[in-house]
Amino acid sequence: MSENGMVRIYLYSRFERFWHWAQAALIIFLAITGLEVHGAYEIFGFQKAVELHNTAGITWLVLYVFIIFWNLTTGEWKQYIPTTRKLLSVARYYAYGIFRGEPHPVPKSERQKHNPLQRLTYLGISLALIPIQIVTGLLYYLYNSWAGPEAPFSLGAVAIVHTIGAFSLLIFLIVHIYMTTTGHTVGAHIRAMITGWEEVPARGIESSS
Amino acid sequence: MQTHGTRWRLLYLSALAVTFCVLLMPHGARATAEADPGKQFPYGIPYSPNNTADHSKFKELQKEFSSPEEVTQACLGCHTEAATQIHKTIHWTWLCPAAKPEAKLGKGGDVINNFCINIQSNEPRCTSCHIGYGWEDKNFDFSRQDKVDCLVCHEQTGTYKKFPTAAGYPPAKPTQFGGKTFMPPEWNKVAQSVGRPTRKNCGTCHFFGGGGEGVKHGDLDASLFSPKKALDVHMDAEGLNFTCTRCHTTERHAISGRCYKSSEIVDRRSLLDYDQIKRITCYACHSETPHKNHIKANDHTDKVACQTCHIPAIAREHSTKMYWDWSQAGKLNEKGKPVVKEKDGRIVYDGKKGAFRWEKNVVPEYFWFNGKIQYLTLTEKVDPSQNPVQLNRPMGSYDDPNARIYPFKVHRGKQPYDPVHKTLIVPHLFGKDPDAYWKGYDWQKAAEAGMEYVGLPFSGQVDFIETQFVFQSTHMVAPKEQALSCVECHSPNGRLKNLKGFYVPGRDSHPAVDALGWGGMLAALVAVLAHGGARFFSNGRRKDK
Repeated sequence: MSENGMVRIYLYSRFERFWHWAQAALIIFLAITGLEVHGAYEIFGFQKAVELHNTAGITWLVLYVFIIFWNLTTGEWKQYIPTTRKLLSVARYYAYGIFRGEPHPVPKSERQKHNPLQRLTYLGISLALIPIQIVTGLLYYLYNSWAGPEAPFSLGAVAIVHTIGAFSLLIFLIVHIYMTTTGHTVGAHIRAMITGWEEVPARGIESSS
Repeated sequence: MQTHGTRWRLLYLSALAVTFCVLLMPHGARATAEADPGKQFPYGIPYSPNNTADHSKFKELQKEFSSPEEVTQACLGCHTEAATQIHKTIHWTWLCPAAKPEAKLGKGGDVINNFCINIQSNEPRCTSCHIGYGWEDKNFDFSRQDKVDCLVCHEQTGTYKKFPTAAGYPPAKPTQFGGKTFMPPEWNKVAQSVGRPTRKNCGTCHFFGGGGEGVKHGDLDASLFSPKKALDVHMDAEGLNFTCTRCHTTERHAISGRCYKSSEIVDRRSLLDYDQIKRITCYACHSETPHKNHIKANDHTDKVACQTCHIPAIAREHSTKMYWDWSQAGKLNEKGKPVVKEKDGRIVYDGKKGAFRWEKNVVPEYFWFNGKIQYLTLTEKVDPSQNPVQLNRPMGSYDDPNARIYPFKVHRGKQPYDPVHKTLIVPHLFGKDPDAYWKGYDWQKAAEAGMEYVGLPFSGQVDFIETQFVFQSTHMVAPKEQALSCVECHSPNGRLKNLKGFYVPGRDSHPAVDALGWGGMLAALVAVLAHGGARFFSNGRRKDK
């Protein structure tokens, strides 16, 4: 136990940290190249942007397979089981308690890395948003193999869904980055995701043991 | 020993040098062999590689000729079927072979353009580019075999010239026209020179369509007689040196190529599929997957024509006419002669024809095109609310499997129109009679004479109406380094911005999705900043307590 009543616990293993940051980099890079393909601005030039976006997209797909495999084999998938227990108190905390210096209703522990709000968000992203981006991205990539008068949908429809997914990920990114500042210090959560060690209130470790 | 070693080394080096020279030589030798014909034949090689005859040795061509028809008869003495073959082609009829003759679909019939509008009542001037002799008026006998002009396509001296106003005849004696003297042909010399048509033969007419060099097409002008590779990779006089018929595969004098209703681009086989196909399309030789290093480009060939990316601009060497305003014609000087104004070596005003605009390096306009073009004819009413009136328009759409996006030159102009009957007017322009516009400068009389000639009603009123006429751009294929980059089309204001109804990445977006997306990001940013700000201030307050 440290002097300020905090204790350090090892929350994020090496591969977990790797896939977190790799995804972060890929999302940002895909957003930059994707929005260029979308016609928002010119950085790489359209052709280069398309090629980079395709490469990054396929890279993410491969990484995604590894992440799913890792979660299944380590049992860490259990961290993402959605729950409504304490969901409202977490929401209340972020809307109200946080301003009054109240303690977080669901402290982090090895058994419970994520609060109920995080569980829902991450599960939604992993099992809905990313698969939607994978499917629409692949359809976009393989457009020439299925398009035609008999195709059930148009390239435009695929592109619109892919764009909505991209904007959703970007909105998540903004909120997610902000949420990292809500630990006991502004940089605490980010440091934890780099080193693997999170500082939690001492009672947190007790409740989990 | 040392000298011995040096000698061996020297011998070894010499041997190596010789080997390299030998290895390199065939390339060097081949390069010169290929470059030579370019110099010797600046308009393409006029002989078949299988040539077995020398026409200068034929007795039939050594006798004295007194008329062009006699030369034709001499040709037909051996080439017995040539004239009847020609008679079936559009080069002879000036009508679309795929349409019924009654439809009069073609420049020899009721098709209208916005250059000199229509040939009827103006024949002797227009038919100076007909491959025949004597199409002076509607009574021309199209069944006459001896009226076929073999020489204009086959002679190789470069001296044979049809007279500009003589219905396809060369001059019988030295005659002046437009400051130039046209000489009567030396019949034996031109007849004995015959070979396969070169760019010079075809270009004599096709580079001068619309009454002058570079006027009509934008992708066909005198710069293609002996082009550099930068202008046309295939016709490059010092390289591949293609003649026109290298792609316009010719069978029994029928030269392949699009005309009016008939498309040449439906047969999508390549020479690898069948060696006897016509080479009129790009993919006949290049296949539909020609890109080796840029695979995504192959994905485009189902919707985008090769020409679209590989002809970045037309009229790259010589300017081409883009606008012709007939309504300004009629200005005469104090001597009663038409006023003529020039700019950059091009006539921009002519009292006979009106005002013109010329442009160089023209970026084409793009349309879906399945190889067929629909033409307005003289008998059809025009819709004056359609501005400009489309004299012709490319057929095809995104959903048409035979259609691709093709580049076009669009020539716009203002031309005479009957506001009562809502039809376009055929003016009688050329002739020695006072009704001809180029004699009397009276639109009413010219219109009345022209419309009477074609047998269509005329109200007596002449208005002018804006029109447009399209030409598919297919020549002037640039070196691949100059092909369009993706962003030329894949951007909001790119080359395809006017082509609607299908999704182009980089060009199109759903406005609501974009508004919600960017708006959502902004809202998220504002929310987290507000939340962060609130945390900052509330923490401060708490510490104060």
